[in-house]
Amino acid sequence: MATITYREAISGALHEALQADPRVFIMGEDIGDYGGSYAVTKGFLKEFGPDRIRDMPIAESVIVGTGIGAAMGGMRPVVELMTINFSLLALDQIVNIAAKIHYMSGGQITVPLVIRTVSGGGNQLAASHSQSLEGWFASMPGLRVAVPATPYDARGLLRTALKDNNTTIFVEHSLLYPLKGEVPDDWYTVPFGKAEVKRQGKDVTIVSYLRMTQVALRAAERLAQEHGIEAEVVDLRTLRPLDVEAAVESVKKTNKCIVVEETWRTGGFGAEVVGQIQEAAFDFLDGPVMRVAGKDVPMPYARKLEQAAIPSEDDIIRAVKAPA
Amino acid sequence: MATEIVMPQMGFDMKEGKVARWLKKEGDPVRKGEPIAEIETDKAVVEMEAFGAGVLRKVLVHEGRTVPVGEVIGFIGAPDEALPGTASAPAAPAQAPAAPAEAKRPVAPAVAPAPAAPGGEVVASPIARKLADEMHVELRQVTGTGPGGRITKEDVLAYVEKRKAAPAPAEAPARPAAPAPAGEQVIELSKMRLAIARRMAESKRTIPHFYVQVAIDMTEAMTLRKGLNEALGGGVKVSVNDMIVKAVAATLGKFPLFNASYVDDKVHVHPQVNIGIAIALDQGLIAPGILDANRKSLVEIARASRDLAERARQGVLKAEEYTSTTFNVTNLGMYDVDNFTAIITPPQSAALSVGAVKPQPVVRDGRVVVREMMVVTLCIDHRVTDGAQGGLFLKELRAALENPVSLLL
Repeated sequence: MATITYREAISGALHEALQADPRVFIMGEDIGDYGGSYAVTKGFLKEFGPDRIRDMPIAESVIVGTGIGAAMGGMRPVVELMTINFSLLALDQIVNIAAKIHYMSGGQITVPLVIRTVSGGGNQLAASHSQSLEGWFASMPGLRVAVPATPYDARGLLRTALKDNNTTIFVEHSLLYPLKGEVPDDWYTVPFGKAEVKRQGKDVTIVSYLRMTQVALRAAERLAQEHGIEAEVVDLRTLRPLDVEAAVESVKKTNKCIVVEETWRTGGFGAEVVGQIQEAAFDFLDGPVMRVAGKDVPMPYARKLEQAAIPSEDDIIRAVKAPA
Repeated sequence: MATEIVMPQMGFDMKEGKVARWLKKEGDPVRKGEPIAEIETDKAVVEMEAFGAGVLRKVLVHEGRTVPVGEVIGFIGAPDEALPGTASAPAAPAQAPAAPAEAKRPVAPAVAPAPAAPGGEVVASPIARKLADEMHVELRQVTGTGPGGRITKEDVLAYVEKRKAAPAPAEAPARPAAPAPAGEQVIELSKMRLAIARRMAESKRTIPHFYVQVAIDMTEAMTLRKGLNEALGGGVKVSVNDMIVKAVAATLGKFPLFNASYVDDKVHVHPQVNIGIAIALDQGLIAPGILDANRKSLVEIARASRDLAERARQGVLKAEEYTSTTFNVTNLGMYDVDNFTAIITPPQSAALSVGAVKPQPVVRDGRVVVREMMVVTLCIDHRVTDGAQGGLFLKELRAALENPVSLLL
């Protein structure tokens, strides 16, 4: 067992894949010479050389498109979109090619591509650089969407993504990179489509993913200490495939549920989670399944406003305590 | 025309009653005079009769619910007749006007299970409904504390807790008993026994009892009684107890605190003196009252007590006869008991236990003589009055019985 950061967990998984499989190579902006805008691929260029660690121009459609082509040709590329905001420029490649070519070719062509990207806000990067769009990709048949909240899950899910023959949108969060956690020395993976109870409790179920799982865990601690309420936190880990079973089992116990996500409330993927939970656990609910989500605004630049727009521990605590 | 079943006035100060148990279900046939429900007042659990014949068409107030006297609790009528609108039935607090846009219920009209009731559908969360179903809780009885008056799981659980504490015989969840040792007989208690058990336990739990005792010389009284009964010639017989009741009634007139009830830090003195005489029955004990005993003559009391005993044994007492007593007299003299201490029947605040009249040696003017002696114990609620008053009461009572001619006045 080792205690490493979220960043190191991801970096390590990439490193071991590069070592083990010559078909694996990485493409993205600033991932080589600069070592990655979040230092994930620091030292990789020196170790693996420019053929396998390829700096790309600011041309997301090209980055993803070439990755798709390489994957179709038998390689196992890992491309990076510096932030999920920039995926907007590669949407057609992702949605119409990567997600669908296997289906549209009658199974003849596969696109085993990992698209790593960074989602969310909190760094005062303002409206166009702070969005959380992973939910959009989670609606698309043909894609996988991983949203790890811990170093353990990050490494485990990335290993699974690297072996998966479909295109995975592997979503990271800049504020999670320094988070430390225990990771086994032995080989392990985390399967797609399996949510996990990160904290047990009997009074309320909080369902979340990515950075919001960490916020929920902190809120749960405070709920226990300050209000005597024991919250059960269910971490989704992947949005596609989506597993609500853990959440439903939890709701059967607690009768109350709150879904927390960073993206805008309106039409956020949380609404899908709410829908599936209430379908399966309707008779066990003591009230409607509630949501705590990002405010329906373009992310403000001003620090206090930005903080107000992103769900906080206080927001979660307030939602748990409010009659619903 | 359907007959309304109305919460009856079963005691002169009864303001509300609880439907402890329905003895009929909706759809059951009902004969006029047949017991149809058990009503619990703060004094007793009493059966109420049907005043009409037909079928129990509708139960408006379900078991466990308390309503004011006079409120319609159900309807008896022909199986097919239309029931009058019951707009007057107050809606349970849980019935918020059918939740507006918030209505989460995706139930198609065809599926609607809840009968359209006067106040509209009950708003309850899914888990609350599930629980209510499992625990046989009528949602209309539950107070909803969720948003908009929604009944939550907590509300149903709280209701079940309250129902367990309430002495409704309807509840009785069978507790898994340890297997009885061989030869042990387990007796199911009758309704009456259960009611007595509950009332007496409550009395001992809440009323601080104390007891004052005196030995009364009944020699003169026994002589007077003999003479009286000869004069009455067999139509009515005056018993020792009748004389005691008369004496107690007169004494209560002078000591009104013993004819009172302690309620919420206040003492309510009753205007009527209704003396309950304890009558032993096969299934237990009942204490119907001789109403207005202080205004009845000794002969009237004798007639009343005979009639009560007769009707008690037949089981045809009127409800007000055993729910409006203000002071009970229990006499175990017929069993040769010397003396005993009774338990006050709530909401009374005193009672008299009477022992047998026995020839005893006593000292009179320095000499030992044999007199007919009877020991009585006055049981007193110490919240209402105290020993000195008890002593004075007994002094007065004793004077009345030792000068029994006063009883004829």
